[in-house]
Amino acid sequence: MSGAATTLVDSTLRDGSHAKRHQIGVEQVVDVAGALDRAGVDVVEVSHGDGLGGASFNYGFSLTDEFELIEAAVGAVRRARIAVLLLPGIGVKEDLSRARELGASVVRIATHCTEADISPSHIALARELGFKTAGFLMMSHMNSPEGLLEQAKIMEEAGAEVVYVTDSAGALMPDTVKARVEALRGGLDRGTEVGFHGHENLSLAIANSIAAHEAGATWIDGCTCGLGAGAGNAPTEVLTAVFEKLGIDLNAETFPMLDVAEDVVRPIMDRPQLVDRASLLLGYSGVYSSFLLHAERAAERFHVSTKDILVEVGKRKAVGGQEDLIIDIAAELASTATPAA
Amino acid sequence: MSEKIPCAILGSGNIGTDLMYKLKRSRNLEPRVMVGIDPESDGLRRARSEGLVTTAEGVDWIVSHPEECRFVFEATSAGAHRANAPKIAEAGLQSIDLTPAKLGPGVVPPVNIEQHWEAADVNMITCGGQATIPMVAAVSAVTPVPYAEIVATIASLSAGPGTRESIDAFTRTTAKGLEEIGGAERGKAIIILNPADPPLIMRDTVFCAISPEADRDAIRASIEQMRETVASYVPGYRLRGEPQFEQDRVAIFIEVEGAADYLPAYAGNLDIMTAAAVAVGEELARMREREGVAA
Repeated sequence: MSGAATTLVDSTLRDGSHAKRHQIGVEQVVDVAGALDRAGVDVVEVSHGDGLGGASFNYGFSLTDEFELIEAAVGAVRRARIAVLLLPGIGVKEDLSRARELGASVVRIATHCTEADISPSHIALARELGFKTAGFLMMSHMNSPEGLLEQAKIMEEAGAEVVYVTDSAGALMPDTVKARVEALRGGLDRGTEVGFHGHENLSLAIANSIAAHEAGATWIDGCTCGLGAGAGNAPTEVLTAVFEKLGIDLNAETFPMLDVAEDVVRPIMDRPQLVDRASLLLGYSGVYSSFLLHAERAAERFHVSTKDILVEVGKRKAVGGQEDLIIDIAAELASTATPAA
Repeated sequence: MSEKIPCAILGSGNIGTDLMYKLKRSRNLEPRVMVGIDPESDGLRRARSEGLVTTAEGVDWIVSHPEECRFVFEATSAGAHRANAPKIAEAGLQSIDLTPAKLGPGVVPPVNIEQHWEAADVNMITCGGQATIPMVAAVSAVTPVPYAEIVATIASLSAGPGTRESIDAFTRTTAKGLEEIGGAERGKAIIILNPADPPLIMRDTVFCAISPEADRDAIRASIEQMRETVASYVPGYRLRGEPQFEQDRVAIFIEVEGAADYLPAYAGNLDIMTAAAVAVGEELARMREREGVAA
């Protein structure tokens, strides 16, 4: 990751796992990781959408064991580093050791934006294993800039070299992104970098990434073609093009990225990434983006509306990982609903 | 039983204090002493006003008064229990351990207490384990469960520093309990902390993989019977709606509201630990009586 001052992370093979219902195969990983590497992307994240150990009834089982995918990705890149995601409470430390043995060298340790104190032992182990280690504060819209800084400091003290403002619900706006990134940039050590991970639910992922960069974020996440949870992420190829036009130096190059998007990723997408009624609602109400497909599935099964489920999930202030609440809510809505005509 | 079995509580914090109120209501157990550090702490003040002996002499007081402490409820920390356990055992007393020390076998009152009534030390596993293992056992009593998975969601405020520092211990210990006690071939546990204000009541979802041919009515009946059994010692233990069957699985939604003896009602995760610990003590007392062991 030499050269440009800004590190570009592509999470197509992790956040995109949500949009693919975790049905990703080795061949797709080799194609996507290899193509991103050749286009100059610095970091390629590969894991179950809910991080290592995410394969489950609750989040969906993976088509292919994620460690097999990680190994394939490591073998497909020459320059890019392979990252993994881990949510303490879902994945465990052994998963980190195994990912490191297979050649992953960057890790993001993710917690809800108020619960950073469940992450220090995982962050410390990650450093010990030699991972480049980032803390990932999910659902950042649910904490104030000052509150987020306190949480970021817990991760920094544990050893995180980068701390992310993670807009898991795509609910932040350029100003609210800026306030959070500035709070972290101003309050953390100079040597600690700040990252931003945006979602497209309010059509602001690119604008928010620009705002984050202006406020001092030097790790920026995207997913090629936006392939990710909810309405998707900041499309990596758009980030590359826009940052180039803004004069922000990246190792990734625009024309090769356009080809990766069009020729490699778009063909494997199950559906287009849209800001439709349900995904717009995620951003508007501040609901975890990966709830979308689960809510659609529950809506179909219980003959209730996706919108009603998501509104209720928002009311109950669900945090990331509470996918089990969706079936519960859908069943409850179905039992109280008047029969549809 | 004519005489109640004397019990000691090691630890005067939230758990120890809540435990005291539950033990006060027990038909066959009686809390006699609470061991703490700060005599002015809320827990020790309450213990004094309830007529318990309070002491700062630690486990030494217990081993020098064995007649006062047949059962020792450990509500300190895993580290403290590791130091205390050998002394308690040597004095011929039994530990009911609410810490994650895991020195003795894990116990879930309606499932496996019979097997361990003579153990010098029994461990209460985890809050998620106490809420979910009975349900996995209920399903596996009817049909093979090749895989069980649970998701425990608890209020952030009810997750203490011990849980937070070693969250892997929760997932690992609970998963092992789903297998060894619940009867699943393979277990997985997930824990989520939710900071919503007002705090939410503990929720647990249990997924069991089952055969599409499994007898759903029998599974429903077994689940309902187990709910009733657990609710007999954890009154706030409820099912949210009917179990949901899909082709290859059944999902059971549980909610645990605390009795608010000392802990807030939302902290069902803590309440189920103290309530189950008391149930373990009561069962052990009954078995001792049945086996003719003197109190």
